[in-house]
Amino acid sequence: MSELDTFRAEVRAWLEANRPADPGFLLPESFMEVGTDEQFAFLRDWQRTVYQAGYLGMAWPKEYGGGGRPQVYQDIVNAEMARAKVPFVPNTIGLNWAGPLILAIGTEAQKRRFIPGILSADDIWCQGFSEPDQGSDLANSQTRARRDGDSYVIDGSKIWTSLGSYAKYMILLARTNPDQPRYDGLSYFLIPMQTPGIETRPIRKLTGEYGFTQTFFREARVPADCLMGREGEGWKIAMLTLTFERGASGGQAGGLSRMALTVQDVLEMARRARRDGRPALEDPFVRDQMVRFLIEDQGDRLCTARARIPALCSERPHAIPLSNKLRTSEHRRRLFQFAQSLQGADALRWVGDDRAIDGGKWQRSYLNAFSSTIGGGTSQIQANIIGERVLGLPKD
Amino acid sequence: MLPLSTDIRFGDEQAMLLETAVAFCRDKSPVAAVRRQIDTEHGFDRALWDELVGLGWTGIAVPDPYGGSGLTLAEVATIVEPMGRHLLATPYGSTQLFTQALLAGGDEATKTAWLPRVCQGAIGTVALHEPHGDWDLAHIDTRAQRDGDTLVLQGDKTLVGDAAVADVLLVSCTLDGAPALALVPAAHLPAERRRRETVIDETRRVYALHLDGQRVPAAGLIHGAAAHAALRAVRDTALLLASAEAAGGIAAALDTIVDYLNLRTTFGRKIGSYQSLKHPCAEILMGLERTRSHVAHAATLMGAGADAEVALRMAKTEAGDDYVFAGDRAVQFHGGFGFTFECDAQLHLRRALWLQHCHGDAAHHRRRLADLLLG
Repeated sequence: MSELDTFRAEVRAWLEANRPADPGFLLPESFMEVGTDEQFAFLRDWQRTVYQAGYLGMAWPKEYGGGGRPQVYQDIVNAEMARAKVPFVPNTIGLNWAGPLILAIGTEAQKRRFIPGILSADDIWCQGFSEPDQGSDLANSQTRARRDGDSYVIDGSKIWTSLGSYAKYMILLARTNPDQPRYDGLSYFLIPMQTPGIETRPIRKLTGEYGFTQTFFREARVPADCLMGREGEGWKIAMLTLTFERGASGGQAGGLSRMALTVQDVLEMARRARRDGRPALEDPFVRDQMVRFLIEDQGDRLCTARARIPALCSERPHAIPLSNKLRTSEHRRRLFQFAQSLQGADALRWVGDDRAIDGGKWQRSYLNAFSSTIGGGTSQIQANIIGERVLGLPKD
Repeated sequence: MLPLSTDIRFGDEQAMLLETAVAFCRDKSPVAAVRRQIDTEHGFDRALWDELVGLGWTGIAVPDPYGGSGLTLAEVATIVEPMGRHLLATPYGSTQLFTQALLAGGDEATKTAWLPRVCQGAIGTVALHEPHGDWDLAHIDTRAQRDGDTLVLQGDKTLVGDAAVADVLLVSCTLDGAPALALVPAAHLPAERRRRETVIDETRRVYALHLDGQRVPAAGLIHGAAAHAALRAVRDTALLLASAEAAGGIAAALDTIVDYLNLRTTFGRKIGSYQSLKHPCAEILMGLERTRSHVAHAATLMGAGADAEVALRMAKTEAGDDYVFAGDRAVQFHGGFGFTFECDAQLHLRRALWLQHCHGDAAHHRRRLADLLLG
């Protein structure tokens, strides 16, 4: 057995032995849906357990609390966590967006100060990019950060702040120079959330769950050394953050950031579900639809595999990475919608009903799937990006 | 069977072949040449065929002892994508089906007799389809009866590619109730047995064969387990090459659309700036990427000699439907011009409809995939 196979077996055994017991309440589906204190505490404890076992940040430098090992070890852990269907680790914005960013361009002091707490889940991170009136148009951010001596004074509002009420730090995009055109006036900050003048207000989602907040800044004064890079570099740094967010460039600490629900889980449910008094999987229409989803899922997995072979992607190297979010988020949305149609009359039930299939998680998954088709640039914006940046079509 | 493998390999040989094939097809098959061939009897340029043979392409997947390069269908698929992209019409596909059937089921003497000739430019084809229209290659109504050294055939074949120029054919039939393939040198098939069929893809030449009472040599007959192996090889090869051809076609249809959307102005704007046109282009691109990925994976499995049935059926399903979508949108987005014979969009749409319905459409393959994957 190769060293990696041995490692995989070790991870598999550890996950079996340390899988957390059923908490007795429905866990949220992703880090964007953590809506109660008991959910948060459970998931934070799980992240600590995983980190203390050495299975998080395995490829991050040792001096900041990482494992200092090749990325392939973390890849194995991620795959095994998905396979074992253990809960996700909640500090996604720290682990996979802010953390890699700080490691890539942060100062030595920032790395020492922030990275260990990201891994241990002592310091939860959130993101302040989107604004209530700007939708997917990030460059038009209006939240102001005004230099005043050794401080910046922040005024404005951010929205869709996942884990906003639990976060210790925020990555913030704010306008330091209102006279500069869209991109040039923006700056990037790493700010403490426990600052007078910062207030979070929970947003209730279409599922009835919480998890996002709107964050209000009213003359919130933060130290000037919260600035990352230089004034005016905010857009560039935000774009770099998005490459981590979209998983296009590697460098993440790893761990799952959402419940691993795949086309195979839908298939398993189809084996149990009944329609018109018969097993759903005997229905020719269901079979045909199920295979459509399997082909599409396999196509996306094969795109990921093919993207690793430059000679097979030379015509448009960005086609696969830039379409990844659109392909996979829309696939999930349609897949979970399809999952309702397997349940016969039980599709009518909702989370909390005794007879809801799998506790109603399929109904919830479908409605939550919109977070990925809307968040991080809507599917419609993604299609524009593909049309313009990959195919070279004229702008709107 | 689930989860499925995602293995994709692409060797140096393939990379070199791809480069050569992309340049060759682009230079030798401009659309004007494609259109010229539509009006010719046999639909291809013999000099171009000779050049292609000279490059060694007919022998890519033929083992060394028979005069080939000893590579695999993975390398063949690599060059078929650019052929599809440039609508290059030759009997290459027909000859590959013949070659693979013979490799899978032929006896040593027949392989020794025919494979070196194929490497040097002989054209082969397979006669499999019948008037019943079933895609299942084991559904064979044509019968053969042994009479000494000859077989007497009874039945009709349809959609036989390049039959008018083929030097040799493999004709599926039943012998004593079991599937078999008769090896028929062209000299044993009089021209009056053959009738050209009119098909939706005008770059292709296919024929019906009326075989009642036709006597052909029994030598080279493939029967028993070998016949099943040969039919399976034909099906797998056909699915791989049709998918690769469609991948190239989608890329070309997309180019045609993007060029026009960047050129044409209406209501004071380039039409490519309208999201109602831009978004379907993104959709076509994602279909192209998925198709190419499915093809690369299926080719990898075929090249390794692994069971590729699931991968091939998925590839054909994705490729066929995506190419039709691309061709369909190519016509629509060219507006009034798209409705004309002169616009190249029709070449792709008609090619796509051919590929979508040859060797099983998407619904057909999904039904088989359901049995393979869902139990």
